[in-house]
Amino acid sequence: MIQPDQTSIWIIIIGLAVGSYLLRFTFIGLVGDRPMPPWLLRHLRYTAVAIVPALIAPLVVWPSATEGQPDVPRMAAAAVTLGVGLWSKNVLAAMFSGAATLYGLLYLVG
Amino acid sequence: MAISISKSYYWKGFRDGMPFILVATPFGTLFGVFASEAGLNIGQIMAFSAAVFAGAAQFTALQLFQENAPTVIVLASALAVNLRVAMYSASLTPYLGAAPLWQRACAAYLIVDNSYAVSIVRFEKEPSMTLRQRMAYFFGSVTPVTPTWLLASYFGAILGAQISDGWALDFALPITFLALIGPMMRTLPHVVAALVAILVSLPAVAVPYNLGILIAGMAGMVAGAQAELMLARRTT
Repeated sequence: MIQPDQTSIWIIIIGLAVGSYLLRFTFIGLVGDRPMPPWLLRHLRYTAVAIVPALIAPLVVWPSATEGQPDVPRMAAAAVTLGVGLWSKNVLAAMFSGAATLYGLLYLVG
Repeated sequence: MAISISKSYYWKGFRDGMPFILVATPFGTLFGVFASEAGLNIGQIMAFSAAVFAGAAQFTALQLFQENAPTVIVLASALAVNLRVAMYSASLTPYLGAAPLWQRACAAYLIVDNSYAVSIVRFEKEPSMTLRQRMAYFFGSVTPVTPTWLLASYFGAILGAQISDGWALDFALPITFLALIGPMMRTLPHVVAALVAILVSLPAVAVPYNLGILIAGMAGMVAGAQAELMLARRTT
């Protein structure tokens, strides 16, 4: 195993810790209960519903485990998870159906 | 009376946060394994998980570190991936911003995908909640996941390279987040925001340093806000 540079590991850990905390603290800590403009709030309503799919879509289409090759079990698992979630509105049910699909197909395909 | 009500909201949050144990376990384990393969020792892995407490950013940093990217690029990219927690923080501010500063300082550290996703849904559904109930609910929602994340990182660090690829742990993150998306589709603008974000995110993977996620996210947010305005105009 290569011995990584200890100084840069610690710089990365500390830098990320401080940076992440500042990202989290900025609004909730500094803005507090001052009112925010309606246009900002209107955009913030769609934060989760936009960022989460943006993070996930590329991982589904080009999974890292297959070195970016589209993969039938993973695509199917993604479709089942999303479908069950939309239909049942139940996070756990969606998660279990997706995992079952993934393992089932990985077992069948080999 | 007031305290017992906040307490019951703490446990409501706790219950709603429970499913994420199933996420944090494989995800944290994977991080521990990945980090020990990259040559980090247990102390470094635990410091990483405890101080940064942001899975996707931690993975991004390690990936780039292994590719021998300059430290500045490693930091900038991982923070860019984590920019969404700033948006979460902003989005929670109307609900939690009036709390005492020390509570907000503690809550800030605990803003993660899971606590945000669970809390914002509850706050929007129950506008009558008091500030204390919201804080109690928020802290409850991260309570199951925080120790799980640390224990799983530790477990992964010890397990090291023994985990086989056959477990397909890489897909724990997509499945979990996809499961969250379904129940989020409450109105047409929500659907528009998600679709636009997906459409932009695919070509945007070509943008360096993981900035594509942010670009696609912004596009989705603008699309959702515009759809909301258009619908409002049509009904009035």
